[in-house]
Amino acid sequence: MDFIGAYSPDNLSFLMEGLGMTLRLALLAIALSFIFGCLIGAIRYARVPVLSQVLGAIVGTIRNLPLLLLIFFARFGLPELGLPITPFWSAILALTVFEAAMISELVRSGLQSVEKGLVEAARASGLSYMQTLWHIVLPIGLRRMVPPIVSQFISLLKDTSLVVIVSLAELMHNAKIIMADFDFVFPILILVASIYFLVNYTLSQVARRLETPQH
Amino acid sequence: MIDFALLFDYSEEYMEGLRNTLYASLIALAGSFMLGTIVAVLRMTPVRPLRWLGRAYVEFFRNIPLLLVVYIFFLGLPALGIILSGFVSGTIGLTVYTSAYIAEAIRAGIMAVPAGQSEAARSSGLTYIQTMRHVVLPQAIKIVVPPISNQFLNLVKNSSILGVVSGFDLMYYADIVNSETYQTVNALFMAALLYLLLTIPLSYATRLLEKRLARTG
Repeated sequence: MDFIGAYSPDNLSFLMEGLGMTLRLALLAIALSFIFGCLIGAIRYARVPVLSQVLGAIVGTIRNLPLLLLIFFARFGLPELGLPITPFWSAILALTVFEAAMISELVRSGLQSVEKGLVEAARASGLSYMQTLWHIVLPIGLRRMVPPIVSQFISLLKDTSLVVIVSLAELMHNAKIIMADFDFVFPILILVASIYFLVNYTLSQVARRLETPQH
Repeated sequence: MIDFALLFDYSEEYMEGLRNTLYASLIALAGSFMLGTIVAVLRMTPVRPLRWLGRAYVEFFRNIPLLLVVYIFFLGLPALGIILSGFVSGTIGLTVYTSAYIAEAIRAGIMAVPAGQSEAARSSGLTYIQTMRHVVLPQAIKIVVPPISNQFLNLVKNSSILGVVSGFDLMYYADIVNSETYQTVNALFMAALLYLLLTIPLSYATRLLEKRLARTG
């Protein structure tokens, strides 16, 4: 074990570059999957005919598949279908599709948890369906969804490590390159675990702050 | 594009992969249930250092990627002279990672049983173990079963991590078939079908359990 060699300035900056890529991947995928997740969740909550059932079947299938398989498909399967894609965008695509399916279910159950009486009261006092959804159901539902959605974001951040299979230079990939040196394996494992832990733990603590008390 | 002949031409590979995926998931489920129970008990003991240890375990493994946990066993242990196969290190990694989630599920289940019940049981003369056995656990199990069943579903999906460390699972063999035939979409499609064969009944069972236990609970 060689801690001093493993933590050389070169290695550290190489890992930081990797962390940069991990965060870029995670943030972009979080933003995209949140938007699509909300959209799909709302469509399924509102039971839009046909569209709702089709999306339900797709979401159900994706949720039951390993993310690794989706990443592999996006990177190596799509080009075979005539859709060339870079490693970065294949990773974004797979992560977004998978996490949006997960988030859509959280959004749907969050919206469904809003008491029916509230919806009826809003409708009875003259709000249109869309107004009810926008002003009543969404604000209440979203607040209840914060904890599960944030833990889904933490999952996403951890899942970016699966991108090693497409050789994108993120944290895990760069760590693996340094770990080719046998003496560096343990020091690097410890350091990388600490980096992931710090980022994710901070995220979960921020989420706890955000969680507004329920009335 | 999609040709089921592939599934038959490479049936040996796919079946071997399916078997190993199932084995890894079952072993990891049993292992993480035992380990998770121990950690849950640690988290609820009156002894503060043990409680702290349990909390550290849960927080650590829930906040690092599964792949990193697997690498600790696959790359880390060989650095200490202990060499494990991809299947073994992958399954151990899955077990350790999942046990942190199961520990939290079990703890939540036990905490959900009102303290007044165990106090009443204790004051009417039951021992601590009898209280657990007859009063707390039968109620806790109802709360714990759906999340654990959900963890099993996650285990089956997460077991694909074995593919990254040459663990001879379904994902690994899908990659083998892909590199032998150059039919990526087809090879992955067959693997996806086999995964769904395992996961769809599981997610259906989870939902059923949730509904049934919610009604009786």
